[in-house]
Amino acid sequence: MPELWIDVLTVLDGTARLAAPLIFCAMAGLVSERSGIVDIGLEGKLLAGAFAAAAVATLTGSPWAGLAAALAASVMLALVHGFACITHRGEQIVSGVAVNILALGMTVVVANALFRHGGHTPALGAGERFSPIALPFAESLREVPLLGPLYAELVSGHNLLVYAAFLSVLLVWWLGWRTRFGLRLRAAGELPEAVDSAGVSVSALRYRGILIAGLLCGLAGAYLSIAHGAGFVREMSAGKGFLALAALIFGRWRPLPVLFACLLFGLLDTVAPRLQGMELPLIGPAPVALVSVLPYAMTVVLLAGFFGRAVPPGALGRPFVKEH
Amino acid sequence: MTGLPRWLDIGVLPLVNLALALLAAAVVVALVGEDPLEVFAVLLQGAFGPGALGYTLYYATNFVFTGLAAALAFQARLFNIGAEGQATLGGLGIALACLSLETVLPGWLVALVAIAGAALFGAAWAVVPGWLQAYRGSHIVITTIMFNFLASGLMVWLLSGPMMRPGQGSPQTRLFDEAVRLPAVHDIVRALGFEAARSPLNLSFLFALIACVAVWVLVWRTKFGYALRAIGHSEEAARYAGIPVRRAVVAAMALSGALAGCMALNEVLGVQHKLVLNFSAGYGFTGIAVALMGRNHPLGILAAGLLFGALFQGGAELNFEFETITHELALVIQGLVILFSGALAYMFTPWLARLLLARNAAHA
Repeated sequence: MPELWIDVLTVLDGTARLAAPLIFCAMAGLVSERSGIVDIGLEGKLLAGAFAAAAVATLTGSPWAGLAAALAASVMLALVHGFACITHRGEQIVSGVAVNILALGMTVVVANALFRHGGHTPALGAGERFSPIALPFAESLREVPLLGPLYAELVSGHNLLVYAAFLSVLLVWWLGWRTRFGLRLRAAGELPEAVDSAGVSVSALRYRGILIAGLLCGLAGAYLSIAHGAGFVREMSAGKGFLALAALIFGRWRPLPVLFACLLFGLLDTVAPRLQGMELPLIGPAPVALVSVLPYAMTVVLLAGFFGRAVPPGALGRPFVKEH
Repeated sequence: MTGLPRWLDIGVLPLVNLALALLAAAVVVALVGEDPLEVFAVLLQGAFGPGALGYTLYYATNFVFTGLAAALAFQARLFNIGAEGQATLGGLGIALACLSLETVLPGWLVALVAIAGAALFGAAWAVVPGWLQAYRGSHIVITTIMFNFLASGLMVWLLSGPMMRPGQGSPQTRLFDEAVRLPAVHDIVRALGFEAARSPLNLSFLFALIACVAVWVLVWRTKFGYALRAIGHSEEAARYAGIPVRRAVVAAMALSGALAGCMALNEVLGVQHKLVLNFSAGYGFTGIAVALMGRNHPLGILAAGLLFGALFQGGAELNFEFETITHELALVIQGLVILFSGALAYMFTPWLARLLLARNAAHA
């Protein structure tokens, strides 16, 4: 059995790695959408964060400076979104599309201008990125049956940002469901008129929601380029922002279910390449391409309400007009 | 919708938004360390210089189709951001028709079937999100995004498996027979005895113009078009007036998807002559910018389509002329156009109204 156990642990370990950016982005979407602002710009913020992190880490040699740049770049795009949707009550979908396309173009233009490298950044060295952290006693406890490998393989040996991703779920849950700010934020997304009549500014709440979303997407971006990867590659977000959006809906805008959706999607992503070339009973060669789009199909089915139902926040996408 | 007089709304506002987007892009160029005027000169030269016009019109063909697709759905306040996937499926419809029928039927007949296939497959990929929105209440934005990814997954599977060119390892079909391809415009012009530079421009451009007229007639001269616009103004009121809102929503999405699917006529039947991965290349998203800039009117969309065609063709020229500025600058400008003429549409409206209408108010 030990080999099978190790196999299972390796798959789960891969799942955690692939789920980390999804978790950050999905939590970002959760905070933003719970405040009433649709965020289909997760992808763009993720991409901008990834580029800024890699570029600044290359220029300064410090992953921490890279992380700070990722947060700044992502927050800047979030503020553009907020300025359009909250201050000027523009269409949130249109603004999100603009953010995505802007990030797609800007990252390559600036990357070319800075590094003249075909839209990439130079590969980062070991000291310029977040490397895996071996937790205490991981090696000495490895021999303990079952739990030893679990600790050494799965729990230990990730980079800082993977742990931060799981922590962000706890943080979002605490902030959203255990603080006064969270209660008001969610009210702004359900019934902004009530928040307003209680004398609390809906706009300020929504701006804060969008800021938090920007910070979380920045973390996801830094994870992609200076923790999981070692440099920026054009379009490296590769749809992860949209996958996170699917996870957000699949988890029905609630932190713990959204976390599980991210892990499920991460698991599918880990397993799909392993199916390559495998013969399945009845189906024949495994259709790997179809397995990798399963999350999108499942989200559509869930949204359609054929099993369960995903009900978005009541005021999602509706600009708030304060009455005088 | 903006409360401005029509001439301002249609004639001036898009130009103000374009100017703002270009200004912001110029700032980006200056920050990168190049001269914005020089860059824009190269852009223009690249788009309209000798031999370039065909390329500009070829890009414009894509943008007119996807722009019309977005605009038609916008009429009923539906955000169809699934033009990418619908165009992809349109390509599949063309490929299936050509590969299965080209040995059986005469070429022109296969081409006709392929055109119908593009529209039908594109429509089918849009009808599902439309139906889910109308009858099951799922948000059309989310479902059309998901359908984009489903389409690309489907295509990877088909082109690396069942539909892959025999004996080759790359994910694409075999070439279509010469007889079924859409004729290139330079071939037609040369057959008439004139000189013409080679370009990818083909008969699809004519189809795009016909589509513009058809959409105008449909939206402003038919009962169905009236229903769409009524739904766009107020779904409640439309329902109260006895308009079958659900059916109209599904039909609007079907037509929007058919238009997006027709983009594949240009790329697959006109230029590539085979089905390849990711031929839609973001043109579906550009359609949103085109529709916003063209104020959802076919004439505006034609103008905006030409503008974006020029931007993409001229942008390709930047790669040769500058070391630091590449054609992705066109994407930056596109994003800015969407931002200014879409999301921030209401920012300058009151300001513009005050500036330009102050005199009228003084007279009154």
